[in-house]
Amino acid sequence: MSDTPPPARGPKDPTGTGPEGTGTARTGTARTGTARRAADGSGAGGPGAEPPGAGGPGARARDAAPRGVRLLGARREAAVAAGARVGTAAGPVGPARAVPRTAVHPGAWWLWSLALGTAATRTTNPLLLALLLAVSGYVVVTCRPENPGARSYTAFVKLALAVLVVRLVFATLLGSPIPGTHVLVTLPEIPLPHWAQGIRLGGAVTAEALVFALYDGLKLATLLVCVGAANALASPARLLKSLPGALYETGVAVVVALTFAPHLVADVRRLRAARRLRGRPDRGVRGLLHVGLPVLEGALERSVALAAAMDARGYGRTAEVPPAVRRTTAVLTLGGLLGVCAGTYGLLTAEGGTYGLPVLGVGLAAALAGLWLGGRRSPRTRYRPDTWNLRSCLVAGSGGAVAGLLSLAAARDPGALHPGVVPLAAPALPLWPAAAVLLGLLPAFAAPAPPPAPRRPEPPRRPESHRPEAPAVPGPAPAPVPTATTTAEESS
Amino acid sequence: MIRFEDVSVTYDGAAEPTVQGIDFEVPEGELVLLAGPSGVGKSTVLGAVSGLVPHFTGGTLRGRVTVADRDTRTHKPRELADVVGTVGQDPLSHFVTDTVEDELVYGMESLGLPPDVMRRRVEETLDLLGLAGLRDRSLAALSGGQQQRVAIGSVLTPHPRVLVLDEPTSALDPAAAEEVLAVVQRLVHDLGTTVLMAEHRLERVVQYADRVVLLPAAGAAPVLGSPAEVMAVSPVYPPVVDLGRLAGWDPLPLTVRDARRRAAPLRSRLADRTPPAPAPAVPSGPPAPTGAPAREARSPRTPGQESRPRQAPAQAAGSGFRRLFRRPAPLPGAGRAAAPGDGTTTTAVAEVRSLAVRRGRIDALRDVGLTVAPGETIALMGRNGAGKSTLLGALVGLVEPSAGQVRVGGATPHRTPPRDLVRRVGLVPQEPRDLLYADTVAAECAAADHDAGAPAGTCRALVSELLPGIADEVHPRDLSEGQRLTLALALVLTARPPLLLLDEPTRGLDYAAKARLVALLRALAAEGHAIVLATHDVELAAELAHRVVLLAEGEVIADGPTADVVVSSPSFAPQVAKVLAPQPWLTAAQVREALR
Repeated sequence: MSDTPPPARGPKDPTGTGPEGTGTARTGTARTGTARRAADGSGAGGPGAEPPGAGGPGARARDAAPRGVRLLGARREAAVAAGARVGTAAGPVGPARAVPRTAVHPGAWWLWSLALGTAATRTTNPLLLALLLAVSGYVVVTCRPENPGARSYTAFVKLALAVLVVRLVFATLLGSPIPGTHVLVTLPEIPLPHWAQGIRLGGAVTAEALVFALYDGLKLATLLVCVGAANALASPARLLKSLPGALYETGVAVVVALTFAPHLVADVRRLRAARRLRGRPDRGVRGLLHVGLPVLEGALERSVALAAAMDARGYGRTAEVPPAVRRTTAVLTLGGLLGVCAGTYGLLTAEGGTYGLPVLGVGLAAALAGLWLGGRRSPRTRYRPDTWNLRSCLVAGSGGAVAGLLSLAAARDPGALHPGVVPLAAPALPLWPAAAVLLGLLPAFAAPAPPPAPRRPEPPRRPESHRPEAPAVPGPAPAPVPTATTTAEESS
Repeated sequence: MIRFEDVSVTYDGAAEPTVQGIDFEVPEGELVLLAGPSGVGKSTVLGAVSGLVPHFTGGTLRGRVTVADRDTRTHKPRELADVVGTVGQDPLSHFVTDTVEDELVYGMESLGLPPDVMRRRVEETLDLLGLAGLRDRSLAALSGGQQQRVAIGSVLTPHPRVLVLDEPTSALDPAAAEEVLAVVQRLVHDLGTTVLMAEHRLERVVQYADRVVLLPAAGAAPVLGSPAEVMAVSPVYPPVVDLGRLAGWDPLPLTVRDARRRAAPLRSRLADRTPPAPAPAVPSGPPAPTGAPAREARSPRTPGQESRPRQAPAQAAGSGFRRLFRRPAPLPGAGRAAAPGDGTTTTAVAEVRSLAVRRGRIDALRDVGLTVAPGETIALMGRNGAGKSTLLGALVGLVEPSAGQVRVGGATPHRTPPRDLVRRVGLVPQEPRDLLYADTVAAECAAADHDAGAPAGTCRALVSELLPGIADEVHPRDLSEGQRLTLALALVLTARPPLLLLDEPTRGLDYAAKARLVALLRALAAEGHAIVLATHDVELAAELAHRVVLLAEGEVIADGPTADVVVSSPSFAPQVAKVLAPQPWLTAAQVREALR
């Protein structure tokens, strides 16, 4: 065993691309033979998902397509008997477009939402804020995709409401520096020692103070709802996927961490339930503390198992890059980061005004180039990467316009955007800022959610087995599974 | 394709090699089954193929393992990722991302496949495994079987040349298992994929295997051969082989079809006999009553005080205890058997009436009714996600019904304090490990005594009875799957609940452990415990259950004696029933008994 053979590479280069790495989709390495080609070719003949011109096998698959459609009902038989040829041809038409190519880039949604949030910070006019809320709500309702993350919107709305209520309660209990004359109610005031000067507990509650708190709280609530909208429209995990290649592995780590939290919560729930099964109270802090150790143990075990699974699935594979490239990457990245540091220092100090900006720019460019070069070490590819298309521009642009116009309005006409509290005055809706806010509705028309996919939970298994009229399969076979043997052999 | 050359693996800290003398070759395109009792190192052998042993687990591997001519010593798991796909026992620990589609592409992205290939393979795989309707779903929201299918799909997408499966169907219902195995079968036949699979449920897989590698005992050299040859000598074998051995058929039949062809003489021999009933289903008296009624009478006033074991000396003293604290009118249903006609109409241990459970927008259970009599064993069956676990959860108060009524021992489970509930009903969850907290078996037992208010030593006595030869200081996590299950069972039984619930008890158990469990549960039923088990294991149900309740989409679709329900169903019939149909024989043991 001492003579280590040269690391024999299989027909496939382990560090390089896969069997169809050349992208011709049907290179068909020596070992695959016709069966594999047929299987791959069938995909090419799928429901218009692939560009035409897939060639022979594709055409074969198209022939099989009508049969496949009929097969949909008897899914199991399709899988078992008819082979890969029909498998894909029978593929779903609706759900396949769940994330269409025309989808808006997640970054655009985040820009749009954060821009709306920025706009909200420019004003305290409750009418404008309500309009902003309505706009973001309407867009979320029309544009949010059907996925679990989209449900987080309600959570954010609840949080915003809670913030608003807390703000009002504090204004009521702790008083407010806002001078007011309209006393609504006078709470008993608790005398505080002299060192607590400036803090008041109880006392008169004025309408002005409450209205001010309402406006202020509403501003914060709107900001929160806008962040919630970003979460609902494009989950942070999706945003992380758009990171450059060199940072991809970090991105995966963050995604794993994000999925870890729900697991922990589920663990705690399960173990508390188990406590109940042991006859111990499952509520209260003690119950929580007692499951702490098992939960941590479980989390640790799961991390190890996950690391093993990720390793076995190719996480951390690196491509061979020439040493020159590697060195250049290191130099660019390090030099770039140094440049960024020096540039920032220059900008912040008085005498560095001249060289600061250029050095910062060069440093940034070098660091980005380093990142880009570093990405070449990772052989990763992206599955349906999000592309920045016209819709994304429209979405991001509409958000930007709202933020820009409201900032402009705040500078030009602060009175309209900050309605008076003392003396109390009914807020008026300033016309052109309101129109600007309505620009934020653009995504609802430019990028509506795909028409709701026919919600197929999971096609029920049919006990009755309608055998498809498959000419290749002679005679009926009693059990579905042994059939696979014969059919597969004949069809290959 | 896979070659083991005199391989032995010794883990750090272990005195003996876990496996040794492994020397065999798996040619390209074969499906090889790795069989053997638990704890003989099947997972170690599988791990060696993907390179996780020893690169990830540590330990020393002697000899050489080559996969597609790559030596696992010089190739890390990630460098083998394009030739080997591995699916472990627990699908949840396999998932990297959080939605089905992302999970399917993860491996391909790591390998750097071109986007159009990925796109196509995702669609293929979704259809292949019947996941098309779930593509956008969160992985956490899937049922166990769906998760397993996604896990298999996620390693299928890079089209590995070798597929390593560790108990791929143990979590699946029979139909879903068939589906997954059909997929595996097709990969072998159409794409020439080499498959190495370990599985305890041989009745599901042995007929698909081209060859079987049997690890007869820990550290023993493997036995290789055709399935029929190996099954003739194997310590683990499916029921159809059992029947074949019983009838003296040679070569041994591995499929129901083969067996049926030979079974005509056996059928005629059995024609004039009737299968013995599994066990008397008559209520043979409740299990020994405990201090529960007494506690029930007292607990409204001083809960928590009487939990000291010393204060409630023994079960037998329960009556004396009761005398001391008896109140004129015990709470309704306090003593199920002691106070008939006090509101609870029957002596049923548990009664479920038009129960409905909603989870979000999904009806987990709809209008379910179930009555459990003492001494009765009921098997809940149905596909993954049919609501079996939910029903068990409702019986034990973990799940709050949204409509309908659940009464267990006269109490409403989700409103009863856990301390009282353990004396009425006990559940062994799907993952028995959840019930174990302590560092040692002894500490676990002491805690159980304390929780149940039983005299010190009760639980330890139970453990010694059920699981002889377990030392006090063993850490529960070091026990084998079967031992852990039995320990959990002992913990639950410490409170002597009249109703015992088990969720998937045979997952990961080999045939020997299963036989022990069956004997144990039969004895408990004979003592008067009512047992409800949710299971996919048709053989277990056939051996144990008096009644089978079939659930589908949250509704009861069949409820009747095991023979009636099971024999008529193509997917839930045990192998022996299929072989000897239309005669109502369910297990090889019955046949053996009748022929004696």
